[in-house]
Amino acid sequence: MGKGSVQLDELISQEYRHGFYTPLDADAVPRGLSEDVIRLISAKKQEPAFMLEWRLKAFRHWLTMSEPHWATVHHPPIDYQDIVYYSAPRGKGDGPKSLAEVDPELLRTYEKLGVPLQERELLAGVAVDAVFDSVSVATTFKDKLASLGIVFCSFSEAVRDHPDLVQEYLGSVVPYTDNFFATLNSAVFSDGSFCYIPPGVRCPMELSTYFRINAKNTGQFERTLIIADRGAYVSYLEGCTAPMRDENQLHAAVVELIAREGAEIKYSTVQNWYPGDKEGKGGIYNFVTKRGDCREANSKISWTQVETGSAITWKYPSVILRGDNSVGEFHSVALTNHWQQADTGTKMIHLGRNTRSTILSKGISAGHGSNAYRGLVKVAKSAAGARNYTQCDSLLLGDRCAAHTFPYIEVKNPTARVEHEASTSRIGEDQLFYCQSRGISAEDAVSLIVSGFCKEVFKQLPMEFAVEAQKLLGVSLEGSIG
Amino acid sequence: MRVAPAEPCVPGFLSAYPALAPRLPGAAVPWLRRCRDEAMERFAALGLPTSRDEDWKYTSVAAIARRAFGVAAAVDLSDELHAMVSRHAMVGTHRMVFVDGHFVPGLSQAMPLPAGAWVGSLAQALDTRAVDAEAFFAAADEATDGFAALNAAFWSDGAWMDLAAGVALEVPVHLLFVTTRSDLAVFPRNLIRVGAGASATVIEHHVGPEGVAYLGDTVTRIVLGRGARVAHTKLQQEGRKGFHVAAVAAEQGQDSSFVSHAFAFGGQLARAAIATRLGAEGCDARLSGLYVGSGRQHIDHHTCIDHASPRGTSRELYKGVLDEAARAVFNGRVIVRPDAQRSDALQSNRNLLLSEDAEVDTKPQLEIWADDVKCAHGATVGQLDADQLHYLRARGIGEGDARALLIRAFAADALAGIEHGPLRVRLESLLPGALPEAA
Repeated sequence: MGKGSVQLDELISQEYRHGFYTPLDADAVPRGLSEDVIRLISAKKQEPAFMLEWRLKAFRHWLTMSEPHWATVHHPPIDYQDIVYYSAPRGKGDGPKSLAEVDPELLRTYEKLGVPLQERELLAGVAVDAVFDSVSVATTFKDKLASLGIVFCSFSEAVRDHPDLVQEYLGSVVPYTDNFFATLNSAVFSDGSFCYIPPGVRCPMELSTYFRINAKNTGQFERTLIIADRGAYVSYLEGCTAPMRDENQLHAAVVELIAREGAEIKYSTVQNWYPGDKEGKGGIYNFVTKRGDCREANSKISWTQVETGSAITWKYPSVILRGDNSVGEFHSVALTNHWQQADTGTKMIHLGRNTRSTILSKGISAGHGSNAYRGLVKVAKSAAGARNYTQCDSLLLGDRCAAHTFPYIEVKNPTARVEHEASTSRIGEDQLFYCQSRGISAEDAVSLIVSGFCKEVFKQLPMEFAVEAQKLLGVSLEGSIG
Repeated sequence: MRVAPAEPCVPGFLSAYPALAPRLPGAAVPWLRRCRDEAMERFAALGLPTSRDEDWKYTSVAAIARRAFGVAAAVDLSDELHAMVSRHAMVGTHRMVFVDGHFVPGLSQAMPLPAGAWVGSLAQALDTRAVDAEAFFAAADEATDGFAALNAAFWSDGAWMDLAAGVALEVPVHLLFVTTRSDLAVFPRNLIRVGAGASATVIEHHVGPEGVAYLGDTVTRIVLGRGARVAHTKLQQEGRKGFHVAAVAAEQGQDSSFVSHAFAFGGQLARAAIATRLGAEGCDARLSGLYVGSGRQHIDHHTCIDHASPRGTSRELYKGVLDEAARAVFNGRVIVRPDAQRSDALQSNRNLLLSEDAEVDTKPQLEIWADDVKCAHGATVGQLDADQLHYLRARGIGEGDARALLIRAFAADALAGIEHGPLRVRLESLLPGALPEAA
């Protein structure tokens, strides 16, 4: 393995490819957090009174909470008063009406990232609601979606144009009291995406948002709210890359999904924020609360995630299976390299009858990376006939990495069937040998084996994302084989 | 001599300790007295665990904390006691009987032991081997929760087994712990040291009266030398109102083999923490268990297999059968430390829920810090297979018998590896499938 190790080291030591920084004139509020800052954010965004009240309630509750420390991650203490809670790229006052009005610097950044914002978007068939730092700068395909009655816009626009929907659903899945980071988000969230699919409508294209963190020291607190009304279907893609930065950045997003009767939401994420350098310096702290609510019968929510970035990932996309016969799915690939730490998993809360959930988690650890699966499968007494299948596999590349599995299973109904399986192993030397003896280089062999390991998850991704995910994994892993 | 009965558990023990300490075994041995004092300080700091402690998330000990328990100073040898001992005795074993925490030679039965094997009362052994035991105690008393600290402070007696290198103890040692009265707290402590190449079979057996509440808080510590082999069976048949908290901790030497069986049938709240540390190369650990609950029983097993050295192998299988409003907790932790390469760990927990009100909370847990390992775990929760029931019924077997047969088949796996005949027969008679509802 000696030669392989050298190549692996080269691969492992690759620098973050998306590390560029676009100097933009940011319209930032002062550092720190207080009621005044929240009022300022709300005022800047010209929000109605109910939003400000909600933010303030969340802030007051946040003051009573303490930061959780149960996850198997380690980081220096976060100074919440040393964060800029809002920054918006300066536009022409009312926001751009077309791409021509968008800051060319911004467009160039997207171009470097390969965001299909112009002609490419047509070819790719993707409607992009790009969040650059905190304000939505361009939204495409709006007309086509609007003709079907689909609302797909930035959160600020939704607050302005559809306050009734926002008021009805905001916080109904992740209440402002939920947890430390979600509460913080509720108080200070700057923007995000909003999506409403009316009854019986099948969204004709994949909806997509690229989140980026750009202005220095700006924690990003987006909020996403997706509602699929009766019988509706939507597939939503979220992808992230972030420029290289030295200081750790806090990122505490909240995503709420609501599926009503017979509706289906498919939410896919590729997360590749800056993971820190080889010594573990810098990188994004990604503390995210994502939760879906299968509120009515026969609904389905499916989470698919590929997590390759961030210094720390703390994320448990969950599904509350409230409606009878509802289905929850979680497919995840999490990769940690260098000094990255991931504590991720899911919660499947079975409340309705004949609810089903599937959990498929693939963790890959390399370098000094630490990767934990933490999941909860809860079958309430009311959930007769509930069914869960969980599989968590970990692959270890290198002798200084770690992989942990913490599955919590709570069953209160005897008709439930719950199965959990997990395995941990390193990449098979026999498999490597087999490939190499057929003339495949060690590096390619590793890449091949790892993509085989992740295949079941990748095939859940929409095509556009599957390609990106494969590439990301290749970049992050090349040479991690040793 | 009673702990002030009006006081609830924690302050009761704190206030009882100063008066009791001078009369506990080894009070004249300075280092032991220091161990006990330190343990009491730890208990004062820790108190009893609460559901805020991750290890006690699913098990509330409020029912214990609310009560006041006393400590028995002497033993009454009643007829019922004799009957109880003979009911639980097993033929062909070296039997040591402890009543309310005190060794009773009159009820025990000694078998000829090979040279180099010392099996006796810990309290008595301290008089003769005090110096030898100090290191053992220091290591054993790293109390991490209030119950372990309580035991370290209050232990009254238990077995002391010391096997010299190469001694094969063919006769199983049957340690029978009997509690006789309500509101007693008993604190047995067993220390078992098995030298290089030596081997022993130990049955740790807890029984108590029906219908009354008492607390058994046991600690057993086992140290295995190079190539030693120990088979430890914990058989818990406390009364249905009894509280049982037990810890078994093994420390394995190179190429040693530790086999642990845990059977839990009794108690209203029973908790067993079984841990082994594969401290040198080439260890083998096999843990299996069966818990059977009904009524409102709460049965908790926490196991920890710590692969601290390379080339260790561990296998673990725990099964549970829960009926009525019983609740079981299983937490199986497998750790593979950095550099514990070539570790091979398999773990499985399977649960059968027989009623609407039964509950299982299971958490198999892997913490892997090395890369060249093979680790897997699995957990299932389900009910009897409808197809299998149908198959049996289609062949003319009544529903009750069919259910009993399937339950018994499910549970019987846990007996694999029990070699001692009388123990096996005893366990078979205790298996569910003889459950009333299935009869």
